[in-house]
Amino acid sequence: MIWLMAAFLFWLGAMALNLRLAHPKLAQKRWAKVVVPLLFGLTIIVIWEALVRAFDVSAAILPAPSAVAVTFFNSTDLLWQDFTQTVLKGALRGYIIGAVAAIITAVLIDRSPFLTQGLLPIGNFVAALPIVGVAPILVSWFGFDWHSKAAVVVVMVFFPILVNTVQGLRETDAMQRDLMKTYAAGYLPTLLKLRLPAALPFIFNGLKIAATLALIGAIVAEYFGSPTRGMGFRISTGVGSLSIDLVWAEIVVAALAGTAFYGGVAWIEKKVTFWHPSQRG
Amino acid sequence: MTKTMPAVIAVLFGLLCFWFLAVAPMNIRVALDQADRAGAEVMPATAVARRDTSVWRLMSDNRAYVRDGYYLDRPRLPTPLQVGREFWKTTGAMVLKGRTWSKRSLIFHGWVTLQSTLWGFLLGTAIGITAAVAIVYARVAEMAIMPWAVISQAVPIVALAPMIIVLTSQVGIDGRGFPKAVISAYLSFFPVLVGMVKGLRSPAVEQLDLLKTYNAQGFQSFMKLRLPASIPYLFTSLKVAIAAALVGAIVGELPTGAIRGLGARILIGDQFGTPLAIWSALFAAAILAGVLVTLLDGIQRLVLRRMGMQA
Repeated sequence: MIWLMAAFLFWLGAMALNLRLAHPKLAQKRWAKVVVPLLFGLTIIVIWEALVRAFDVSAAILPAPSAVAVTFFNSTDLLWQDFTQTVLKGALRGYIIGAVAAIITAVLIDRSPFLTQGLLPIGNFVAALPIVGVAPILVSWFGFDWHSKAAVVVVMVFFPILVNTVQGLRETDAMQRDLMKTYAAGYLPTLLKLRLPAALPFIFNGLKIAATLALIGAIVAEYFGSPTRGMGFRISTGVGSLSIDLVWAEIVVAALAGTAFYGGVAWIEKKVTFWHPSQRG
Repeated sequence: MTKTMPAVIAVLFGLLCFWFLAVAPMNIRVALDQADRAGAEVMPATAVARRDTSVWRLMSDNRAYVRDGYYLDRPRLPTPLQVGREFWKTTGAMVLKGRTWSKRSLIFHGWVTLQSTLWGFLLGTAIGITAAVAIVYARVAEMAIMPWAVISQAVPIVALAPMIIVLTSQVGIDGRGFPKAVISAYLSFFPVLVGMVKGLRSPAVEQLDLLKTYNAQGFQSFMKLRLPASIPYLFTSLKVAIAAALVGAIVGELPTGAIRGLGARILIGDQFGTPLAIWSALFAAAILAGVLVTLLDGIQRLVLRRMGMQA
């Protein structure tokens, strides 16, 4: 009971503080923009902790955040090993291969309007498909190690990036291309100096969508067979052996990795496409 | 639409040809192993020697067996024809035999997946719209919710999926439909949220001011201006959301040992080593996605026309 009361009081206090911070005068401040969401997240964790303690929920069902934190810091070695296997080897390599392949394909296709016309609707359709389903097929083709995980990631990220790049390459208007022509610029200089930079906001849009897909692909592929390490492996075996706190620690790693991955891509976008209206102000 | 049709068909045909040609190198090893086991003469005689030989070499040395790669029971890569035949066997042929709802029918499994997809889609849309309204009307909601909504999508939901299933079954909710719907909702609320925030904010200041001169209350200006203005944005997001919801339902079936649903067919096909079952389930999922998105597209046209927003 005392826990519920404390959580309720904390919630009231946090809400009052947040309402205060959202006041127009403070809301413009940089620190307020960070503190408000943090306080919101903290409140959820506090309520979670309090509920688990107040109702004495078994750790096999839902461990308290504090228990998860303890497991997290006690098993950093194991978590790091899983992180390298899944994120660094599987997701990241697949992401880079897929992105490079998609951008090169887009540039090649772009030379033929006929191909572009035919491929855009197909690419859009494929990008909406549940491609994760090919994971078992690719695992049986490329074996259990990270190669098959990277392959799944390649297939998943390819189409969103392809479609966005093709659309981006068509972004330049006739005036700009004519200007390049008056400079006597050939295909390659026009591509490198005008069309690819103009396509960058679109390419990054695709890269950001793909960043969230990459981790999903790498983890799902591990459910279909993996060496005895990796985040997907740990999660599926952890659920079976009721070491739920380790599963939650793994989820924390996945959440941190996913956010960092997305944030990294967004950060590069900000540095590279600083000239675009959406990045100004 | 009609102008791009020939191009689309040409590209599709090209992809199909590529697929068909790729079957030969993909399957040559399996075909040779099979022939070897049947006692036929193949070029490198042992399986170990064959593993170290490239597929191109194997194909040129054993021309007679390349054809066999197109008729395997358990191919590494089935031909488009094999997939089509398997697909027909588990859908159309079942209907003709009056066994539409049999456990082997993809229509049955598709229906199971579709139910979770639709429930998750409804739940996700409701959450997305509610959050969007809160964000548009309260600054504190925008500051608190928006960053977490973005982060929530960066978290790989598949990591959470097994936990959601454990939790719901412990809380006492039976059946696999509910956790799948939760996962679908998790994936589909975000596009709706983003689209609706954009849509609800799309009326210009002059339009809002005009309503103020009419002495419109907050709720009236919401119903008469903001909500109608957001409908085109809503439908664009809904099309993304329903595709995401289907992905969620299938992902929800994959890691959990489900026995019904398209994801379960994929899982079972993997465990029993029947690639044709996986491929036909994948095609069923693709068709389902196409039908759902096309359906929403049709509804969008209809609604926008009735609202006078599209000629």
